[in-house]
Amino acid sequence: MTRLSTTFAQPRPALVCFITAGDGDTAANLDALVEAGADVIELGMPFTDPMADGPAIQSANLRSLGAGTTTADVLRYATDFRARHPQVPLVLMGYANPMVRRGPEWFAEAAAAAGVDGVICVDIPPEEDDALGPALRAKGIAPIRLATPTTDAARLPQVLEGSQGFLYYVSVAGITGKQQAQIESIEANVARIKQSSDLPVAVGFGVRTPEQAAAIAKVADGVVVGSALVEICGEYGAEAPAKLRELTSALAAAVHGARQEQAA
Amino acid sequence: MNSPNSFRTQPDERGHFGQFGGRYVAETLMPLVLDLEREYRKAQADPAFQAEFDDLLEHYVGRPSPLYFAPRLTEELGGAQVWFKRDELNHTGAHKINNCIGQILLAIRMGKTRIIAETGAGQHGVATATVCARFGLPCVIYMGAEDVKRQSPNVFRMKLLGAEVIPVTSGGATLKDAMNEGLRDWVANVHDTFYIIGTAAGPHPYPEMVRNFQSVIGKEARAQMLARTGRLPDLLVAAIGGGSNALGLFHPFLDDPGVKMLGVEAAGHGLDGDEHAASLLGGSPGVLHGNRTYLLQDEDGQITEGHSISAGLDYPGIGPEHAWLKESGRVDYTAVTDAEALDAFQLLCATEGIIPALEPSHAIAAVKKVAPTMPKDSIILANLCGRGDKDIFTVAERLGVEL
Repeated sequence: MTRLSTTFAQPRPALVCFITAGDGDTAANLDALVEAGADVIELGMPFTDPMADGPAIQSANLRSLGAGTTTADVLRYATDFRARHPQVPLVLMGYANPMVRRGPEWFAEAAAAAGVDGVICVDIPPEEDDALGPALRAKGIAPIRLATPTTDAARLPQVLEGSQGFLYYVSVAGITGKQQAQIESIEANVARIKQSSDLPVAVGFGVRTPEQAAAIAKVADGVVVGSALVEICGEYGAEAPAKLRELTSALAAAVHGARQEQAA
Repeated sequence: MNSPNSFRTQPDERGHFGQFGGRYVAETLMPLVLDLEREYRKAQADPAFQAEFDDLLEHYVGRPSPLYFAPRLTEELGGAQVWFKRDELNHTGAHKINNCIGQILLAIRMGKTRIIAETGAGQHGVATATVCARFGLPCVIYMGAEDVKRQSPNVFRMKLLGAEVIPVTSGGATLKDAMNEGLRDWVANVHDTFYIIGTAAGPHPYPEMVRNFQSVIGKEARAQMLARTGRLPDLLVAAIGGGSNALGLFHPFLDDPGVKMLGVEAAGHGLDGDEHAASLLGGSPGVLHGNRTYLLQDEDGQITEGHSISAGLDYPGIGPEHAWLKESGRVDYTAVTDAEALDAFQLLCATEGIIPALEPSHAIAAVKKVAPTMPKDSIILANLCGRGDKDIFTVAERLGVEL
């Protein structure tokens, strides 16, 4: 069992929390998320050109790079997190160029040494994944792929091939932090994916409130919240951990309790 | 690298030019670019599509553009004969329109009802707005806020043509940021929107498709040169930002072994510092905007801002086919500085009565260096890919003239 599979083997849905590395006091922000109930941490690697992200995460990327964050810093945040939280799954999310700059093998090795469990690379689709994916798997790191509303039945097997950890279902065709999809559409797509795969399915993009998170948690194995947390990091700076704790507690209660409420 | 039998058969079926190119896009866009490729293949095989393209190029764009021998410039430089392919005489004043005609015909064929594009100098934005007006489709142009300031006449032109111009303030607020915003719009509007990319870059099939639409430049030039002189040129020269005008000129000549080629990048304030836009000569391979190619980047893979006096060359990447042509050794690449381009700009004005854009001024600066080293019976053909009206404010400022 890996940290990710152990987490998703629990009977309750998982809350996946995203923040951008190097945007504020990363260690304190991550601790706040874990202490308030986050089950999986998704740590964003800042990039100058975050093409799939909306304004909130774009700004977080630029704040982080403006503060001088390097790849070595991101890996150090991961290493330190692993020392403080031996059991909490940690996933790195980012764009291809910073990941392959020194070679996919270098990155896989460094991420493994830092205790990273999975990697989401936004702009390496299965068609181009003949180097990074194999390098990650060889080091025991799960390559986590994205499926979207445009990923049709003919294409889904290709996306699933080589995917590990969980499948990240992007609920809207669009960028992060914008509108949310209809719950009916999410339910139908998650069901469709689960027919083809045993992987847990986490749903993200546009999830901001405990109410939205609870609705998704009823039909998926996990709920990803990013922009709403990243906005807190941007707005509150050194005061962010307390505010992150507040929102994450509410999200965790909603996600973890979603199916009990349904059963009752 | 093994020397291929032909340099004109790239890319492979996955859109790779050797180790370059490909389709590095988010999953949301993958089905779209695959669909685009299928539709483009069908259009390529359809004589009616080609006929409509040719008809519009002739009667709307004004092709073929002239092939012009520049006698006074040749005399001034004292070496090779200098000839120009006059793509600055096209409707809208640059080569960009060739590609826009091709892509909007494809968009209409695919049933798309909304057009988006990115622009740097504004030439591609103007060309896109032009074809949108011609075919009655709504048009949104993303343009870096810095470029909006530098290129206000083109912004006004786009608005006159009915386009909505959205200034992009993220990042360095130039061309790469406009392209990011174009990709964000596309990903959110995949059902009805066609993205007209302006250069031979982006995810496959864009680099191949843009090259093919622009190859009309080289096909015409090759036939015109043979008709006028009975021979092929010894050297082709073209400026490179993303590289579409250069590929358009070079591609039909790639299998003519006697024809040498020189791509000219923007050296800005010089290649020894950070203030340049020479991805091939001053960059390294990486992944950006859907393709693997040479990029300006730091040791962590963060993209660095390009600099050039020419907004059209100010891009930190380059079309993947150029990356391949460089590694294969078929094309030579050089770079010229802002100051050299500015001198060349004035030289062409004074010797030939042609005001060139700052982009081809880089090609002319390279011609100025190389022509004197070549025999008088040799022929250089340079691509005059845009006219300079849009640049007179920039040039005036650099020359210390108040308008």
